[in-house]
Amino acid sequence: MLKSKDLLGIRELDIPEIELILDQTAKLEEVSTRAVKKLPALRGKIVANLFYTPSTRTRISFERACKALSADLINIGQLPSALGETLTDTALTLQAMGVDIIVVRHHLAGAPVQLARNIEASVINAGDGAHEHPTQALVDAYTIRRTLGRIEGLKVALLGDIRHASAAKSDLYCLVKLGAQVAVGAPSTLIPEGLSEFGCQVFHTVEEAVDAADVIITTRVSLDYGNDKLLPSLREYSRFYSLNTERLALAKPDVMILHSGAINRGVEITATVAERARPHLQRQIAAGVTLRMAVLYMLAMGKGVA
Amino acid sequence: MKALLLKGGRVLDPSNDLDSPADVLIERGLVARVGPDIAAKGAEVFDCSGLLVTPGLLDTKVHLNEPGREDRETIATGTRAAALGGYTAVACRSTQEMVMDNQTVVQFIRRRAARDGVVRVFPIGAVTRGMSGKELAELGELAVAGALAVSDDDHPVADAAVMRRALVYSRMFELPVLSFPLDPELAADGVMHEGRTSTELGLPGIPSIAEEVIAAREVIFADSLGCHVHLSPVSSADTVDIIRYARERGVSLSAEVTPHNLLLTDAACEGYDTNAKVSPPLRTDADRRALVGAVADGTVSVIASDHSPCTVAEKQTEFARAADGIAGLETAFAALYTGLVLTGELPLERLVRAMTAAPAKVLGLALGSLTPGYPADVTVWDLAGEWTVDVEAFASKGRNNPFHGKRLKGRPAAVLVGGRFVLRNGEVAV
Repeated sequence: MLKSKDLLGIRELDIPEIELILDQTAKLEEVSTRAVKKLPALRGKIVANLFYTPSTRTRISFERACKALSADLINIGQLPSALGETLTDTALTLQAMGVDIIVVRHHLAGAPVQLARNIEASVINAGDGAHEHPTQALVDAYTIRRTLGRIEGLKVALLGDIRHASAAKSDLYCLVKLGAQVAVGAPSTLIPEGLSEFGCQVFHTVEEAVDAADVIITTRVSLDYGNDKLLPSLREYSRFYSLNTERLALAKPDVMILHSGAINRGVEITATVAERARPHLQRQIAAGVTLRMAVLYMLAMGKGVA
Repeated sequence: MKALLLKGGRVLDPSNDLDSPADVLIERGLVARVGPDIAAKGAEVFDCSGLLVTPGLLDTKVHLNEPGREDRETIATGTRAAALGGYTAVACRSTQEMVMDNQTVVQFIRRRAARDGVVRVFPIGAVTRGMSGKELAELGELAVAGALAVSDDDHPVADAAVMRRALVYSRMFELPVLSFPLDPELAADGVMHEGRTSTELGLPGIPSIAEEVIAAREVIFADSLGCHVHLSPVSSADTVDIIRYARERGVSLSAEVTPHNLLLTDAACEGYDTNAKVSPPLRTDADRRALVGAVADGTVSVIASDHSPCTVAEKQTEFARAADGIAGLETAFAALYTGLVLTGELPLERLVRAMTAAPAKVLGLALGSLTPGYPADVTVWDLAGEWTVDVEAFASKGRNNPFHGKRLKGRPAAVLVGGRFVLRNGEVAV
């Protein structure tokens, strides 16, 4: 069982907990192949999606996972923050209405962590700024393990916006904990302070990072988050850092390519490479639903309610 | 007013290099004599045996928030908190909502302090109008109205030309300029120290260099313009080196540091604890140790509480949105005594000097000393008694204090302002 009532980040999870989630995901995978893709495990439980920043893919993935477990889902469209209500007050309102699990996405780092302290319901962090996006990292780990059979000893390159993407840091924690050799490749202005102390190698060229890689994970790079000041232009980024065919050739021949967030073709990854990665990306998205089912199920179980 | 004899204590007065058992005789609100076995017929005797007698503490950086933000603090509550912390004088900074860039606000604070103040209150005017960093406030008029110094508080005067004008203009009125060393472009949207912990927490960081480039600029100004600059406050190890270099060259530069920057590191921000959100931010342990060393050798001469009470709503919010500050008046001395003196990191004499004689010197006040003829602002300390910090019991309206629940030693048994007890037996007596 998980030690906490919440899933807030990979940093707080120990290796057996991570493996438990991945194993539970494997058990649930069979469900998605059935004609009736539904289990009664969370019948009578209520899950709320509280997304302060839009994320179609993550929100729908959680929605699919809830429905596959027969939980009742509340999608909160209009956010009360416009009225000045605090996140905690909103969550307490949901809790009073019987919500068991709250899935939170927020642009401010730590918002779900602070929330979890103030309520009894379980909180799942679905991405909080530059902090963490634990389910995405678990999805990536699961997809890698499912495809390549293991994670320990693999060479994994992390490319893109390491500074701002919540998934990138969760990926880093997760893969390092599971024994992968992680190499980060990004321009110096996108490398946050102290990253080399996270158990990874830090390179300022894609060529060095992807050298002999078993897996490459690219992260969306845009001019949001102040990147317009950190990068001269997306054109220049693309010239030096885009994962193109030549750079890809430096990795292992059967290298697996994953991507988090919506693809910016021609920026962090060229259209040709994205096309080649498509089967992996499809598998990654499918695994996302199953993994989120596992997490919802385990958090509900952990509270003795399922 | 009856004479008062503080009898049988250990008297520690750094301004007179005194640390020995002695009595202190107070007459007509002034220190009359300090020495062994003073016999004073007819004087009220206050037994100080087993207690430490020091000049009353002085604070160069306090937010009383009146006028403007009385929901955070008032002159009445803030000065009670000061007395409970062993302070006899506090210099208050502007409130954003009611900036001391004109004589009216300065006069209001002086009048209100005379009515409600438990300890002495000295207004610090603004350097620029609205603390905007753009045009000079009416510095001459502020000086005449009673502002003791000028500062834009936590709003850096980023424009070098404005700071240069402020320094040469305020010198005409002998008005010390307190500079908050921070480059706002480098600090950008940072909310804590930039380092491994900020990366772990995913919070935007304030790099140490944001402080150091402005500290270096002020050294150059102080040197070439011949004006004194006081850095208020500093937080990084490299800033300490810059100050040390300047002082070795004979540049007229002084600096202050907060108790929290001497005691805590950025690790206190773990778990998004907004009570650890301060400006300048808590930095690394290497920075912290360098700051303690700088107080020990006098490079950083002043410890200022930077008392910044916040409302509960201002702190119980997302870290990036939370207000900066610690309501620290009631814990400053005890936390430093417990955390630095009892652990052997800092001699008691240096701690007392940095909270008495040194701030008095920066503000040009004839206070912070037990020299005969000085106003009898005295604090009598019970250093042995242990107490538990309880923010709910604060006299301050602020509940934002990272030492909540900690066991500390060093609490005032008595505080005298101008020879009158404002605190006696641990209770405010006004």
